[in-house]
Amino acid sequence: MTDYEALRDNRGNNDRSIAKDNGSGGLHVADNRQTRPAPSVSRAFLVGEAMVGGYGKGPSILNGCTIAAEKGEIAVIVGPNGAGKSTAMKAVFGMLDLRQGSVRLNGEDITRLTPQARVAKGMAFVPQVRNIFPSMSVEENLEMGAFLRRDDISRTIEQVYGLFTILRDKRRQPAGELSGGQRQQVAVGRALMTQPSVLMLDEPTAGVSPIVMDELFDRIIEIARQGITILMVEQNARQALEIADKGYVLVQGGNAFTGTGKELLADPQVRKSFLGG
Amino acid sequence: MDLLNALVAFLNFVFIPALAYGSQLALGALGATLIYGILRFSNFAHGETMAFGTAITILLTFGLQALGITFGPLPTALIALPLAIAATALLLLGTDRLVYRFYRDAKAAPTILVIVSLGVMFIMSAITRFLVGVEDIAFADGERFVVTARGFRDWSGLEEGLAIRSTQVITVVVAGIAVALLFWFLNRTRTGKSMRAFSDNEDLALLSGINPNRVVAVTWVIVAALATTAGVLYGLDKSFKAFTYFQLLLPIFAAAVVGGLGNPLGAIAGGFVIAFSEVMVTYAWRQVVAYALPGDWAPAGLLQIMSTEYKFAVSFAILIIVLLFKPTGLFKGQSV
Amino acid sequence: MTTVPQATLARSSASGASLRPVLLYLAMAALIVGTGFVMGWNYALTVVNMGLISAIMALGVNLQWGFAGLFNVGVMGFVALGGLGAVLVAMPPVAEAWVVGGGRVGAGLVLGVLTVVSLVVIRTRMARGQLATFVMLAVGVGGYLVMRAVLDPGVIAVEAVNPASTGYFGGLGLPVLLAWPAGGLLAAGAAWIIGKTALGLRSDYLAIATLGIAEIILAVLKNEDWLARGVKNVVGIPSPVPQEIALQQDPGFVARAASFGVDPVTASTLWVKVLYMGLFAVVLLALLLLAQLALRSPWGRMMRAIRDNEVAAAAMGKDVTARHLQIFVLGSAICGIAGAMMVTLDGQLTPGSYQPLRYTFLIWVMVIVGGSGNNWGAVLGGFLIWWLWVIVEPLGNALFGVISTTLPAGSPITSHLQDASAHMRLLTMGVILLLVLRFSPRGLIPEK
Repeated sequence: MTDYEALRDNRGNNDRSIAKDNGSGGLHVADNRQTRPAPSVSRAFLVGEAMVGGYGKGPSILNGCTIAAEKGEIAVIVGPNGAGKSTAMKAVFGMLDLRQGSVRLNGEDITRLTPQARVAKGMAFVPQVRNIFPSMSVEENLEMGAFLRRDDISRTIEQVYGLFTILRDKRRQPAGELSGGQRQQVAVGRALMTQPSVLMLDEPTAGVSPIVMDELFDRIIEIARQGITILMVEQNARQALEIADKGYVLVQGGNAFTGTGKELLADPQVRKSFLGG
Repeated sequence: MDLLNALVAFLNFVFIPALAYGSQLALGALGATLIYGILRFSNFAHGETMAFGTAITILLTFGLQALGITFGPLPTALIALPLAIAATALLLLGTDRLVYRFYRDAKAAPTILVIVSLGVMFIMSAITRFLVGVEDIAFADGERFVVTARGFRDWSGLEEGLAIRSTQVITVVVAGIAVALLFWFLNRTRTGKSMRAFSDNEDLALLSGINPNRVVAVTWVIVAALATTAGVLYGLDKSFKAFTYFQLLLPIFAAAVVGGLGNPLGAIAGGFVIAFSEVMVTYAWRQVVAYALPGDWAPAGLLQIMSTEYKFAVSFAILIIVLLFKPTGLFKGQSV
Repeated sequence: MTTVPQATLARSSASGASLRPVLLYLAMAALIVGTGFVMGWNYALTVVNMGLISAIMALGVNLQWGFAGLFNVGVMGFVALGGLGAVLVAMPPVAEAWVVGGGRVGAGLVLGVLTVVSLVVIRTRMARGQLATFVMLAVGVGGYLVMRAVLDPGVIAVEAVNPASTGYFGGLGLPVLLAWPAGGLLAAGAAWIIGKTALGLRSDYLAIATLGIAEIILAVLKNEDWLARGVKNVVGIPSPVPQEIALQQDPGFVARAASFGVDPVTASTLWVKVLYMGLFAVVLLALLLLAQLALRSPWGRMMRAIRDNEVAAAAMGKDVTARHLQIFVLGSAICGIAGAMMVTLDGQLTPGSYQPLRYTFLIWVMVIVGGSGNNWGAVLGGFLIWWLWVIVEPLGNALFGVISTTLPAGSPITSHLQDASAHMRLLTMGVILLLVLRFSPRGLIPEK
């Protein structure tokens, strides 16, 4: 296949992993890195356990990290740049091949499923960028989110409008013309249209103002109260941990600290190293 | 000074021909822009696709005429059109399966796909030539005029005649129906919306469970319909010649770029911008101006800005101006 | 080129020892010799001569696409401009035309250039806005009208001068060999103008722009009779080698032909073709040498670096657009040289015969099949594809001939098949291009 490398072009910037047509990663020789023992979480609703993996044939970015969340919980992944936060979330969603470890949803092993198949299983993912259909109206964005559903979606649309009231007024407007915060609302709303049991958010507050961020976190709490598990990667570690039921601090692809949001916020070592004092 | 006659001359020699030509270009540009939006490459085989669809229509038309079937005052080709669209759709779907799909799966660069489309262009042009040869073919039958120049003069009492050919009316009506159907499909149906979503953000469309192969297949079928219709209308209005259809590629691409590549509304606007500019720049305005000016101020020259042979220069000049001043086109196109 | 690093030399000599290119070239030679045995040597030499010209065109396109990733589908235009160069340099001047219209046409052209220059100045100097747009529009339209007013009477006068045989300015009456570099210069000038506007935009746009410019160049050649007689064609362009007739009347040549046992007519046609072959081969080898040196030079490495990652190269301070302009102009100039050579070989310029399938897209097939990014590959592709292009039609004829013997005499299918063999070459080229792209996308002789 190396010949066809000549055909490729990085300017397309397509995320190949999303289009991956088989989820096979194959269990290869273990990478014998020393990491902290993973917390015992094997019975949680959503578990990515002892995950080892990286992009393509490249080096492992995840070195045995474990992420877990119960139903209706907010789990937040924080950590320094390059710690593998987004990679860990993408691994849970099946956007890269795991070399070791497993992902389970509600007790079912979904390690080998494609991202699309995981959407059908009740997982929803909001990418950090390019997460809306810019030329389509807000309502059409929501409709596309529910593309796989064949039943009546009007009630779910109403629920989304109930959650993000501003979107109701803007529902005929092209989503690309909205403000950054409103676009994030469209993106989250689109993901909610499949009526997922797990909602995964990749840095939802990147590039929005603090007020919008607080507003968005409030909505996320509201979503979690409906019994939806939230898994979220965040740069704004302090604010995110404040609303987190579980916090995971990743360092070099492994679990450095794990605890409830409050515990981590109170931990002097975490404060010193990751929260700036 | 005779403004009424000037207006009639303008309608007769500029407005109506440009309107018909613009409709044909718009349909062609719509096909090209859809391929660009969904498959993300400039399809150099688009002119040949139009030629192929028209060639099938011509064969079917001749077959129907031999059987004694005609469409009354309308051209027989309109009966043949749906079948020809089906044949073209089969050809395009087959081409996609055999050729393009491989590169799509390999995530090939857009330029590679353009080169691949050059190969497809060669093969399609060979098939078209095998089918109907390289000569000029006139296949319009039925009533030639809706309004004849003489009839108009008798009716209006004006000096200047107004002739409206039936192919011009058919072109505008059929193009209008085709565009309305397309926009209804894209904006109102689930499949149409999924095509727009795929064009907007491929990765997110995949995440939403939209099946890319289905989107692509539907796109090719629509492109077949648009290209065949455009080709048949152009052939009815003028005549069919294989090489002319290749040359249509330039105004079609120019229309698509001017409107904003990937934007269907833009393609239509672009088609008319190109068509009207082309006709107005290459038309000899002497007659119109002579009517419009008072008394015997009639101009000496032809008042033709450029000779007809330079019509490509018009498309090209507009293309360059748009590229220099507004690279995304009049309507915002994709910036892949 | 003393700056070629040792590593590059070592690698190239190692791969130079690879047998594949040598075998492929031997196979190509065998094909041509075989053609000579089957179809006659005159035919084979004709194929070789156009093959040499095709190889030069392929070299030019390879420079643009293989080195720099520039998508030029206006090859036909540059080839035609080269042909125009041959006419303008080698044909004798038509004195009367200069007398009756030289001043007016010259002044008109100067006015046209001034208009364009002032447009560019306005665009770069004036602040953007409605005023600037209005001024540009006024200057553009006004300048064009003034130019036409000055130019048109001159053109009419020139075209009236003995229209059956001249009706144009003629050329400079210089030796025809000078026309080759002149053709290259003409093409380079056009390429510079196009490159200045269209380079730096997306690759699709460059493709569409070049497609357009080629059509416009052809439209000018077909319609501006004062320039090169348009579709009335310019014939009798001087030849750089002796004419067949002259050779047949030369007793020395006849005696030598007789000593080989060949009749003078056959010998003269063969000898003229051999002389052309020698001239073309010299040009091809010189250009190939230059292209190889360029490829291995720091300049060539920078070009490939830009091709492989434009963003990174730009970030390292390389002026990507300027480098692209350089290589676009160079590649187009090579196509122009080839165009001038072709017109010299034919002895005539026939604007009506230029077709994009033949002069643009066929050259692309040559480059892709031969191996884009590899000069040897492009040259091989030039020969191979040209050979196929000419051989497919007789082959198709023979094949259809066999088929039609099984049909009743006068069957309509027979005549249809005869027409069809003419289109076989299009089909063949398409199939070959697609097969190579699919199964050997790097071509017969891949880039190292």
